[in-house]
Amino acid sequence: MVQESFDVERIRKDFPVLSRELPGGRPLVYLDSGNSSQKPVQVIDAMRDHLSLHYSNVGRAHHALGAESTEAYEAARDKVAAFVGAPAREEIIFTKNASEAINLVAYAFGNPLNTDPRFRVGPGDEIVVTEMEHHSNIVPWQFATQRTGATLRWFGVTDEGRLNLDDLDELINERTKIVAVAHQSNVLGTVNPIAAIVARARQVGALVLVDASQSVPHKPVNVAELGADFVAFTGHKMVGPSGIGVLWGRAELLDAMPPFLGGGEMIEAVWMDHSTFAPIPHKFEAGTPPIVEAVGLAAAVDYLTEVGMPAIQDWEHHLTGYALAALSEIPELRLIGPRDLDSRGGTISFTLRNRAGDPIHPHDVGQILDDVFGVAVRVGHHCARPLHLRFGIPATTRASLYLYNTTDELDALVRGLHHVQKVFG
Amino acid sequence: MIAESMYQELILEHYKHPQGRGLREPYDAEVHHVNPTCGDEITMRVKVDDGKVADVSYDGQGCSISQAAASVLHELAAGTTVEESLAVVDEFTRLLQGRGQVEPDEDVLGDAVAFAGVAKFPARVKCALLAWMAYKDAVVRSTR
Ligand SMILES: Cc1ncc(COP(=O)(O)O)c(C=O)c1O
Repeated sequence: MVQESFDVERIRKDFPVLSRELPGGRPLVYLDSGNSSQKPVQVIDAMRDHLSLHYSNVGRAHHALGAESTEAYEAARDKVAAFVGAPAREEIIFTKNASEAINLVAYAFGNPLNTDPRFRVGPGDEIVVTEMEHHSNIVPWQFATQRTGATLRWFGVTDEGRLNLDDLDELINERTKIVAVAHQSNVLGTVNPIAAIVARARQVGALVLVDASQSVPHKPVNVAELGADFVAFTGHKMVGPSGIGVLWGRAELLDAMPPFLGGGEMIEAVWMDHSTFAPIPHKFEAGTPPIVEAVGLAAAVDYLTEVGMPAIQDWEHHLTGYALAALSEIPELRLIGPRDLDSRGGTISFTLRNRAGDPIHPHDVGQILDDVFGVAVRVGHHCARPLHLRFGIPATTRASLYLYNTTDELDALVRGLHHVQKVFG
Repeated sequence: MIAESMYQELILEHYKHPQGRGLREPYDAEVHHVNPTCGDEITMRVKVDDGKVADVSYDGQGCSISQAAASVLHELAAGTTVEESLAVVDEFTRLLQGRGQVEPDEDVLGDAVAFAGVAKFPARVKCALLAWMAYKDAVVRSTR
C-alpha cells in the first residue's frame, strides 16, 4: 500500500506552522489548503536565501547580483516547465496568480491589437464555461463577452456534482471560440473529463483553457497530455508563495496573441508613438516580475517532486476515502459533490443540520470548529456562487486536504461537527 | 475556548427562540438587506406612530449571529421611541465596529451587550449588524 509508506509525520515536520498552537492551547488542524496551502521550510529558506544574498532586479541589471537573480528567476521557469511537462520553457508565463493568467487569455479575445482570427470575437460567437467554475474563470469571460457582444454559455452540473455533458455537441459548436473549464472543482472536488471536452473543441476549432488551480497541486499534471491550449494555476495552493501564478500556453498561440499588460521588459523597442514586443514569455511579463516568489515556487516544485506527485495523489485519495466514509456517518450532513472516489479529489463540501433537522449556517459550523477545536475549514460560497445557487444553498462548509493532513485530523473534524450539532441542537 | 465569548447563552437562546419573528401588517416601510458574502438575508418592516416604534417585524435566514441579532433588536426597539431606538443602534454599531476594543454601555444596550464577543471576529461583524442596519434604513424611510 502506497499510503503506508507515505511518511506523513516526516512531511508535517517540514511545515513549521503545523506544530504551532492556537490561542487557548488548541492544536492547529488545517483543512483549508484548497484556499491556500501552508509552506514547507524548504520554500521559506529558499526565499530568505535569495532575499539575503542574491536579490536584485532581473533581466535589466547587468551586474553579478543581476545575473544571479535572473538565473534564479529563469531557472524557476525551467522547473515549472518540467513539473507540468511543458514542451518548451517559453510557454511558461509567470503572472500574479491564476486569476491574472486567465484574464491574460480572456483579454486577447476581441482585443483591437489582435490580428489572429482565433481571437477575433463578435456578436454570434460563443464562449463556454461551466456552472462549477471559480469566479476567476467566470468573470473574465463575462467581461470578454460584454466587450465583444459574444454570448456566454455554460455546462450545467448534475445533482451528484458532475459536469452534465449531455449537450456537449450543442454547447460546443462552430460558433464557439473558447471553452474555459476547471480541471478540478474547488467546491465539489470533481475532476472533469478534459479529454472529452478537448476532443469536441478540436472538431469545431475552438480553443480550450483549463483552470488547473486545484489539480496541479494535488496530482501529476502533464499539459501536453491534457491536450488543452492554455492551463492556468497558482503558486500559493501548491506549497509555494502567494504573488505568483502560471499560465502555460502553446507557443504558437502565445506568439499569435496580442500583449496583455504594457510596461518594462515586455518590449523589444519603443518609440514615442508605437512599440514592438519581446518574444514570449517576456511579451506577457510587463514590469518587475515576482522574483522571490518565482524562487519560492521553484523550491515548492522541487519539494513536491521530491515527495512525489503520484505519492501525494495516493495519500490524498486515501484521506478522501476516509473522510467521505466518516462524514457519511453523520445523517444530517449533506455532501455537495460526488460520494464516490472516482475522478474526485480531496475537496469536501457539505451542509449540516442539527439532530432536529434545522439547518446550521456554515458560518456557525466554521466558527465552532475553529474556536473550540482549532479546525480551519472554509465557509461561504468559496468564490463559486453560481454553483451554490445551482444547489439552492447560500453557502457550504468545505474541508480541503493536502499532503500534510492525517486521518487523526479528519477524526477531529468529525468530533467537531458532532459538537456543532450539540451547540445548535 | 474562544467560542464561549462569541456564542453567549443569550445569543443561542434568541437564535433558537426568536422574538417577534414574522412579517406583520400594518407597516410604514419595508426593507430587504443581504450580506452577499454569506447569504444572510433579512426583510424588515417598521410601524411608527407619533414617534413611537409600534412594531418591528422581520423574516430572514442566516447564521445564528444574524438571526439572534434581529431578535434582540426587536426586543429592544419595539415599544420605545424612534429616538431611543436609534441611540441603541448607534451604540451597538460602535461596539461591533470597535474590533473588541470598545467598552460597551450596558445601560444603553441591555441584552445586546451579549454581542460584544462578536466584535473580535471581523468576518462576523456584518452578520450581527445586518438586522440593525436594515432597521435604521426602515426607520428613515418610514419617517420621510
Ligand atoms: C479553481 C480555482 N480557480 C482559480 C482560483 C484563483 O486563484 P488565485 O486567487 O490565486 O488567482 C482558485 C483559488 O482561489 C481556484 O480554486
